[in-house]
Amino acid sequence: MNSTIKEEKPKNTISKVLEVILTMVSRPSGLIGLIILIFHVTLAITSPLYVPHDYKAIDPSLMLQPPSSEYWFGTDSLGRDVFTRTILGGRTALTVTFFGSLIALLWGGAVGIFCGLVGGKIDDVVMRIIDAFLSIPWILAMLLIVSLLGTSIIVLIPALGFFYGKGIVRVARAATHDVIAKDFIVSARARGHSNFSIIWNEILPNVRDAIMVEGAMRWSWMLLGFSSLSFLGFGVSPPTPDWGLMISNARGLMSFAYWSVLAPIFGLSSLIIGINLTADAFAKALGIDRSTKAPV
Amino acid sequence: MLILVLKRILLGLITLFIVSLITFVGVEVLPGDACTTYLEREAYGAALEACYKRLGLDIPAYERYVNWAVGVIQGDFGYSLSGEMKINDVLGPRVKNSLVLASASILIGIPIALLLGIITALWRDKLPDIIISTFTIFSMTIPEFISATLLILIVAIWLEWLPGIVIVPTGASISELLPNIILPVIAISMIMTAHMARMVRSSVIQVMSSDYVQMAILKGVPYWKMVFKHVLPNALLPAINVVALTIAWLLGGVVVTEVVFNYPGLGRLVIESISNRDLPVVQALAIILASIYVVINLIADLLTLMLNPRLKSLQIKK
Repeated sequence: MNSTIKEEKPKNTISKVLEVILTMVSRPSGLIGLIILIFHVTLAITSPLYVPHDYKAIDPSLMLQPPSSEYWFGTDSLGRDVFTRTILGGRTALTVTFFGSLIALLWGGAVGIFCGLVGGKIDDVVMRIIDAFLSIPWILAMLLIVSLLGTSIIVLIPALGFFYGKGIVRVARAATHDVIAKDFIVSARARGHSNFSIIWNEILPNVRDAIMVEGAMRWSWMLLGFSSLSFLGFGVSPPTPDWGLMISNARGLMSFAYWSVLAPIFGLSSLIIGINLTADAFAKALGIDRSTKAPV
Repeated sequence: MLILVLKRILLGLITLFIVSLITFVGVEVLPGDACTTYLEREAYGAALEACYKRLGLDIPAYERYVNWAVGVIQGDFGYSLSGEMKINDVLGPRVKNSLVLASASILIGIPIALLLGIITALWRDKLPDIIISTFTIFSMTIPEFISATLLILIVAIWLEWLPGIVIVPTGASISELLPNIILPVIAISMIMTAHMARMVRSSVIQVMSSDYVQMAILKGVPYWKMVFKHVLPNALLPAINVVALTIAWLLGGVVVTEVVFNYPGLGRLVIESISNRDLPVVQALAIILASIYVVINLIADLLTLMLNPRLKSLQIKK
């Protein structure tokens, strides 16, 4: 935990960010992760400009074509180009999970710091409720919400953000507990600073790293959760190109047409691995050890 | 000690109470209820009222909650909507099937996880560690449905060794189930093993670098004696909690795996009941899965407590 008082002169934000990135790429796993992640993000932003085919053009005469020079990854059961759909597939996943993680970070961090600072009865009650939420399997809760409110991105982003934020609450609370008894907080109180000023100027700089690392890890879990939902048919609706949906559609026919299931599998796996490696390197660059944390 | 145990049990019960409230209130608050989904377009006038009456939805929500909660405590979950069967009859065979799957995975997974974790820790950063760790990280990060789909593609379709999809009736006996569950068990225990092996590895490494192990090395205690007598007992203690959390965490993953393999367990029932908007079954499932989670955590806490005398006088660390 980054709870020691920094002795060196405070650096400006840009040089600190640069230092973190340099430390991340100095390890091979971090470099690979970052490259994969940047590749996927670039692809997601720019792919509509150069996709070779229309992702929703159905052509029965082209059903289940094996890979060829025209259709690089072959075609699926409706004659759609698998290559086009695969490189477009990351867009929805990245958008939903990025904004979902942002929501999770904001509410989880805010509630966690608040609980850690206030303590006492309020803290007890809130943590009990969070514990109860943790003991409902996320998949059941997500499926219920999505099936009752509909499968639109407007529902998915806050729902994912809410359910993956509860882990961040715990981390933020623990990190706040670590710094709350430190001298600089006590002296800030003695100087008569308001609660808000203490949170903003004293606590936040000390818990920010832990919360951000947790958020990065949650991002990859959220991506896993989101694609599982799509796979089960509760994520985005067709014909949106989405990896989970593509795998689920192509699965039944994979004894004839393995290419239409392998391409989205490769896309999704590489993105998740990329995010994971990056998050790991990020944690190590900030000096936070996550190796003993359990997956909750 | 006894007070501590009772306190843990009480906390677990409070958690379950909150879970039941959350699911009940959640189902109440979200738009659409059992009758409107059941009757669909005919949900108005006399038919709607008759349906409310028949399902007992015409009485106030808090009374229904109390009635339902009293039933659940007595082991009666009420009636499902779609088949109008008793939920206990729906759940019974599913619970058994899921238990078969879970216990097979745990029985296979835990010993392999311990072994892999210890090997990777003792040969840290050497070849065995690099190979095994790469494998565990891969199977940890890749979603369950992908590894399950790949397993089917490789083992069932390309190699044609095993059947890819489970085709057994829901009420099949255990001996009918066993030959069918090989692939699902591999898929589930692969992920579970990977998670646990990572935890065991870091736990063993941590103990190996502790002062008393360094002391034992300096005293000239033989390496393997030191490993078995000093390192493992201390390293495996924290792993119990992790095992419990991993099992509980798998409750979600099993849903997806069961769907991939068409396995008639609790996980597929979750999907089916949600697709049919069979809310009484969904509520029952939420309570059951949450109870499993709470009970597993409780057992893990008590085990840790029993095995670690230092904790007996302290509060259990959360």
